[in-house]
Amino acid sequence: MSDNQTQSKTAQEPSKDQVLIQVNQLDSAYGERKILKGIELSVKQGEILVIMGGSGSGKSTLLKNMLGLMQPTRGEIIIDKMNINTVDKQQMLKLRRTMGVAFQGGALLSSMSVGDNIKLPLRQHTDLDESTISIMTRLKLELMNLAGFEDLMPSELSGGMLKRAGLARAVIMDPKILFFDEPSAGLDPVTSVELDQLILELRKAMNMTIIVVTHELESAFTIADRIAVLYDGEIVKTGTVEEIKACDDERVANLINRKPREVQIDGEKYLSRLTEGAE
Amino acid sequence: MSFECSDHLNYKVLHLTGEVDLSNSSKVRRCLLDILDHGQSVIVDFSELTYIDSSGMATLVEGLNAANKKKLTLAIANANGAPLQVLELTRLNQVFNLIASVEDIKE
Repeated sequence: MSDNQTQSKTAQEPSKDQVLIQVNQLDSAYGERKILKGIELSVKQGEILVIMGGSGSGKSTLLKNMLGLMQPTRGEIIIDKMNINTVDKQQMLKLRRTMGVAFQGGALLSSMSVGDNIKLPLRQHTDLDESTISIMTRLKLELMNLAGFEDLMPSELSGGMLKRAGLARAVIMDPKILFFDEPSAGLDPVTSVELDQLILELRKAMNMTIIVVTHELESAFTIADRIAVLYDGEIVKTGTVEEIKACDDERVANLINRKPREVQIDGEKYLSRLTEGAE
Repeated sequence: MSFECSDHLNYKVLHLTGEVDLSNSSKVRRCLLDILDHGQSVIVDFSELTYIDSSGMATLVEGLNAANKKKLTLAIANANGAPLQVLELTRLNQVFNLIASVEDIKE
């Protein structure tokens, strides 16, 4: 029995009726290259789940699958009782309206002002009056400490500001589920702590379910209800912060202790890769 | 979500019930602005409100702005639980006149 399977029997694992997102036996690949292998994961309503792992562990691929941006090669993802791999376009669109995504670099449209970027989902998906949309946008900008930046273009913002503006757009429709890719990456320590605080406040006030993908330990330990550790495309441990910190699995411990992984080399294959096609 | 109006002193009381969100905040907006257009101050009663999203909050901000311009009052009564947390998150608890109950309003 794998560590992950063992973990599924602890008290922290959500019961079936609490589960908002369920990932079952998920495999995902880029062409022949298998990235995710047998991912089992559940997220309950109102939970903050942090997906952690080193570069290349499959974090972003898992996120893309959960957003329905990638089709798995095996397995399924159920969100709010809907299988996102089999639902029709209309249902997927409806589901997407309950989901917000904050991408790593903010992903704002460069041709629009910050305010217009944030207003975009409301203008596209609601019939709210423009004055209501405007107040909602300013409320979110205030929340992100970006008051007064509404008329600036994305190119005029710093990296941290772009990230916060991206988060403002992600939560403008008060989504039920928020996906957040690397919230702390590239931020100064103070802004990073403020963003963590904001994530906790969003959950508390809006009962949002939040999935955060990160490799920032401090941030993960601050915000997570549970952490899923990905290693080489597999979830090697899921647990509370305390359980992750106490985990004696070498792959988890190395991540927590920032120990570089030892790469095992097959000498013959290595030589073959280096010399393939050479005279 | 449903809402109904009653009178208390010189105020119209707007009782909100259930959840105010993107799908119905426009109705609340029309009702609120209509009351203010008729020159009446408003107490928005949150006692039966279980959830309010940003569009609902923006509607109330719009109402407060309209009330101020007309030298009328807009107060919120019985804010508790999740709606109070949203008010706090958006710091609007520092903007609105929050009263414990409708009866607490001064003439």
